[in-house]
Amino acid sequence: MTKIGTDEWVAQVGERTEAYRGLTAPVRRTWDGIPLGWRFAAAMLLVALLPVATDSSYVVRVGVNAFLFGLLALGLNVVVGYAGLLDLGYIAFYGFGAYTYALLSSDQIGVHLPAELTLIVVVALTAGLGYVLGLPSRRLLGDYLAIVTLFFGQVFVQLAIHLDRLSLPWADGPVNVTGGPNGIVGIDPIRLVGVTFSSVTDYFYLLLVAFVALAVGLHRLTASRTGRAWRALREDPLAAEQMGLPVNRLKLLAFAVGGAVAGFAGAVFAAVQVGVFPQNFETLLLIMIYAAVILGGAGSLPGVAIGAAVIAVFPEVLRTPDYARLIFYGVVLGGLVALLRPWSRLAAVLAGTVVLGFVVRFATAAAWPDAAAVAPGGLVARALGAWVATPPNATTVGNVAFVLLVPAVLAVTRLRGPARTWALPTVLYLAAFVWETRLVAEPSVTRQLVLGAILVVMMTARPQGLLGTPRVEML
Amino acid sequence: MLELAGVSKSFGGLAVIRDLDLHVDDREILSVIGPNGAGKTTLFNLVTGVVAPDAGAIRLDGQDLAGRPAHEIAQAGISRTFQSIRLFLNMTVLENVMAATYAHTGARMWQSVLRTPAARREEAAVRAQAAEHLAFFGTRLQGYRWDQPAYSLSYANRRRLEIARAMATRPRVLLLDEPAAGMNPAETHEITELIARLRDEVGHTIAVIEHDMHVVEGISDRVVALDHGVKIAEGSFDEVAADTRVVEAYLGLRTAERK
Repeated sequence: MTKIGTDEWVAQVGERTEAYRGLTAPVRRTWDGIPLGWRFAAAMLLVALLPVATDSSYVVRVGVNAFLFGLLALGLNVVVGYAGLLDLGYIAFYGFGAYTYALLSSDQIGVHLPAELTLIVVVALTAGLGYVLGLPSRRLLGDYLAIVTLFFGQVFVQLAIHLDRLSLPWADGPVNVTGGPNGIVGIDPIRLVGVTFSSVTDYFYLLLVAFVALAVGLHRLTASRTGRAWRALREDPLAAEQMGLPVNRLKLLAFAVGGAVAGFAGAVFAAVQVGVFPQNFETLLLIMIYAAVILGGAGSLPGVAIGAAVIAVFPEVLRTPDYARLIFYGVVLGGLVALLRPWSRLAAVLAGTVVLGFVVRFATAAAWPDAAAVAPGGLVARALGAWVATPPNATTVGNVAFVLLVPAVLAVTRLRGPARTWALPTVLYLAAFVWETRLVAEPSVTRQLVLGAILVVMMTARPQGLLGTPRVEML
Repeated sequence: MLELAGVSKSFGGLAVIRDLDLHVDDREILSVIGPNGAGKTTLFNLVTGVVAPDAGAIRLDGQDLAGRPAHEIAQAGISRTFQSIRLFLNMTVLENVMAATYAHTGARMWQSVLRTPAARREEAAVRAQAAEHLAFFGTRLQGYRWDQPAYSLSYANRRRLEIARAMATRPRVLLLDEPAAGMNPAETHEITELIARLRDEVGHTIAVIEHDMHVVEGISDRVVALDHGVKIAEGSFDEVAADTRVVEAYLGLRTAERK
């Protein structure tokens, strides 16, 4: 009989732990040695330099957007990532916050409260709304909660559209509350303790401060009594309840905190945009916020923040053909390098693709000397111009190729072994051709496609998200 | 200390617990035995408020618990482990135990965010308590294991962690649902000693559901046998083991007659 409670494994853990190996080992060890707070501070310092480094207000505006996304994603992470409640009505809190700020700071109903007070009112009201919407949701689990909250989100948009002619018993005519489809315009800028936030750069720094405060606050909350209780609730509601955790109250608290964060973000959004419109709060935005949380890794604060930055910045970058090309070919190359082994196979596929390109290019150029396929651009575009095929009616051919590409990609995922190696160059070249003839010129379509493709690849390769930890559901 | 009077529960038309009277006294170890489907786990679920009784009273020190929300029952001083282990799998070992201290701690959200001195003191105290509960199991749940996710633990260690988590709620009565299920003989022996220590050293009042008769024999002050939701025998282990109806319930009528 062994002595009770002894465990050799625990004593020997040092010997069993693997150390980093190879050339990158010192770098990785150093990186691990830097406390999370320092990394965060360094990242935020770099971001804070953005308005200094550029004089383009467009770039700063993208930064503002990224911060709004960041706030929303951090708030949603409390509800989804910590408490594990699938809330599809989250966008309603953002809209409610924005509309509340707009109503209290414009000529719509002739009220101009000081911003300090308005922001407090907005945060309190959205937290209250979270609480109220949480009430019927307490007993709903999983899918049921999702569908009910989705309905809440839709109701908000409908209310925003139709509350421009509200009949009240004491009023003579219909009362215009939300401005209907025209929204509310002419919203006061935020003015805190005598400082007016007038430019986009001002709001950039306001949001930077808010984001840092929220991230630090949530980081502390994660490891606190409340954070542990939320996570326990996510892991096993029944066991949590049996350990004395007031499950329903914790759910409502999570809804309220998430709602308050979204409400604050909405208020700032209303002030930055100087107007609010119903279409600002449609389901697409909700999907984007979810994409940010999922891409970054639900439950991981740095992950969610990075996810939000990626989701906010990517579509903007895709507007410029040259940047879009860098991303497209970068992602494709990166994917090939990550997935194809051994190296000789990777080299064969790449060489095959390049050679195939030149052959097709020369053949098409010889047959139709006048046609040009590649959208204009910088160095990359010129290099590609000598490689991508140039058929006449490039648009039509591109469309056909696009339709062919989808089954081709699906087919490649089904092929195994040498057949895949042989098929890959053709599919890759087809993809490049479709990209150059059709997609580069249409950023509005391409944005969604590329984002979708990135999400699909990402979720297949790393289901837990960029910085998320893989979760174990059952043993 | 814990007292059930005339408790009944049926699911649909099936009566799972029928007019059951039961009591667990202070610092006693009571074993509940019975064949599968006898209603043992339902009994625990009734006491802990997972399901509400159709009739009857459940009292802890005279305070009626029947029909109250499960978390309030837990806060009143009843904690449990589960037959199929239910840990917070993706939380660390230490966090699993610390999470169970929620009910008797009071740090508000804003205090945690601002890290006020009160919140820090409480956090340190909770950590120390959790460490103390884990130390109860020797070196097994020590060292680096504190920061490992619960799912990485071995089966036996998961059972131990569940007991540690239940201890952290500061229970007056501890309900252990098949603590030795799936354990090897050495581990089963250890669980037997452990349950005795829970009573002798920590001072818990304990009710155990167990199938392993060696364990039941080793730990019980008193044994209650259930069959089809009815108490068929009660007394010391030897009395219950010799009871014809118990043998009948386990092995069938003919075996019982032969005895």
